[in-house]
Amino acid sequence: MRVKITVQKFNPEVDQKPYPRDYFVEASRGMTLLSALLKIKAETDGTLTFRASCRAAICGSCAMQVNGSQKLACKLPLKEELEHHGKIEVGPMANMPVIKDMVVQMNPFWEKVRAVDPFLMTKDGAEVPTEALKDLHEKLHNADGCILCGACVSACTAYEVSSGFLGPAALAKAYRFQADPRDQAHLPRLEALQGPDGIWDCVRCVFCVQVCPKDVRPMEQIVRLRRLSIDAGFSDSVEARHITEFTKVVGKEGRLNEALLPVLMTWGNIKKMLRIIPLGIKMFFHGKTPFPFKRVPGADQVRAIFKYWEKAK
Amino acid sequence: MKYALFPGCAAKGATPELYASTMKVVGRLGLDIVELEAFNCCGAGVITEADPDLAYTLNARTLATAEKMGINNVMTICGTCQGILGGANKNLQEDEALRERINRALKDTTGLEYHGTVEVKHLQWILVKDFGVDELGKFITHPLHVSIAPFYGCYILRPSRATGFDDWENPTSLEKLIRAVGAYPVEYDGRTKCCGFPVLLEKDQISLSMVAQNVGEAKEKGSDAMVTPCPLCHMSLDIYQERAEDRLQQEHPDQTLGVPILHLPQLLGLAMGFSPKELGMKRHLVSPAPLIEKIQ
Ligand code: SF4
Ligand code: SF4
Ligand code: SF4
Ligand code: SF4
Ligand code: FES
Repeated sequence: MRVKITVQKFNPEVDQKPYPRDYFVEASRGMTLLSALLKIKAETDGTLTFRASCRAAICGSCAMQVNGSQKLACKLPLKEELEHHGKIEVGPMANMPVIKDMVVQMNPFWEKVRAVDPFLMTKDGAEVPTEALKDLHEKLHNADGCILCGACVSACTAYEVSSGFLGPAALAKAYRFQADPRDQAHLPRLEALQGPDGIWDCVRCVFCVQVCPKDVRPMEQIVRLRRLSIDAGFSDSVEARHITEFTKVVGKEGRLNEALLPVLMTWGNIKKMLRIIPLGIKMFFHGKTPFPFKRVPGADQVRAIFKYWEKAK
Repeated sequence: MKYALFPGCAAKGATPELYASTMKVVGRLGLDIVELEAFNCCGAGVITEADPDLAYTLNARTLATAEKMGINNVMTICGTCQGILGGANKNLQEDEALRERINRALKDTTGLEYHGTVEVKHLQWILVKDFGVDELGKFITHPLHVSIAPFYGCYILRPSRATGFDDWENPTSLEKLIRAVGAYPVEYDGRTKCCGFPVLLEKDQISLSMVAQNVGEAKEKGSDAMVTPCPLCHMSLDIYQERAEDRLQQEHPDQTLGVPILHLPQLLGLAMGFSPKELGMKRHLVSPAPLIEKIQ
């Protein structure tokens, strides 16, 4: 079968902007996109540039955008992708500067992974002599499955508008060490993640969970880090109060009151409160501020459910 | 088919126009609906952050209530509720140990028990799959002839393991509904992105950038309005649009936004001949007047 592959070519040294180029390959049964690209490079265009190594979804070097989504080229059957989308359009990962064709600058990615201290530490930051631990794998919730391919960061919508954000891969890595009982630096690592580019930047858009080729589910690890943070006493910020006050309101009323929540979240933070007041007034005049504490049917059952889990924990 | 309507807190709170327009539209279409009067919040993914067991039990209560009424289809009208309640349902159905543990809590506190027989479906899916777009077409008396940008939001598409209705990479259900009302769907990248709602209060620079980017792109592509199946997306794109515009203009002083945001039932309602007033459109912060002028 002859398959057309459209590649977004770009060499910043000579090209003004990226441009598409069509290639045609004779696709064998079960051929992956990576095999096709290697064939094109060998037979048609030696300048075609991409990273790859293991060809087995292990090394994490061949992540790219295919028909708009992040995928490992070595794991992607050409025929399936063609059947699904009716076309094969290949380009570099987003949220990272392009060096050439599908090769992107990954230095910021590595720096962010390094920034979470991805190793077992003592309280003073020295390395812990490691010992194999039984049953460790279950405790890590697959956060240790990451192959550092960058697909999640490329798909991350928070990263897209805030490039300082540590991002899903680095934070999943941070959780991997927070969850490891051999690590003795849980508190300082957690504290470092409370900053402006840390765990609270995530908008929970689920893109990282969706695109990860190794089912690491970074967003779920970020949620775990948030829970650990609140448990460890980092609970006074507006971010943490979003979770605790939301939960309290539902525990009392059975439902959320969107007009009340902002007030509870920003309580005591004059600057933030002043910012929400004008909007609150506008919302009021458009009939968007429900009257607080209207009795909700079923609230008794909800309160009982809350009490049950409070007691159990 | 009988549906138990799970309205969600937003439709009963800050976006009452969603509830009103839904009732108008499903009434006209003759969908068989019983409202879950004593529903509780789905948790929006936030209660999960505090305590996943608690969130599961709250959602199990909703599912068990419908089950006890003998109804095995729950209708949501909020993309976030769909993702959270639907996702919880999926896990409760597939993970027996989880279901047992949650049922113990549920029985102890409410006497209810969930057996896993319920399906959770957003109105958007019900119209496309159960009701049918052709059937819907018969109710369209006022074809709109305007350009509408579909905005799916996150939870109705992702994770596809739990949602699985639309193709997360290239969804089509909103486009189908836009065509069914005689309007033209706008193609733009933002349609499957995030509206920024979850961090609006704590990280407004992130949320406002998202609103500015998505609305800006829709506007650039000639949209007369945007439509969303999620009231939280609506809040962020509508209530915060003016602020997003201010932010945009710090860098691009000539750019303006001003794109009306419609709830999905409002779009359908307009094409069925309901008045903007009946559909609660005076409650929007971004004025829908230019759109209404164009369709009249
Ligand atoms: S990282 Fe491992 S699997 Fe990938 S190329 Fe190197 S040795 Fe092979
Ligand atoms: S869920 Fe959070 S970390 Fe994952 S892609 Fe979305 S914003 Fe980024
Ligand atoms: S979390 Fe998944 S997508 Fe992100 S870098 Fe690791 S393997 Fe790749
Ligand atoms: S999305 Fe909102 S607010 Fe809505 S029911 Fe679900 S949580 Fe409650
Ligand atoms: S080549 Fe190693 S992951 Fe694709």
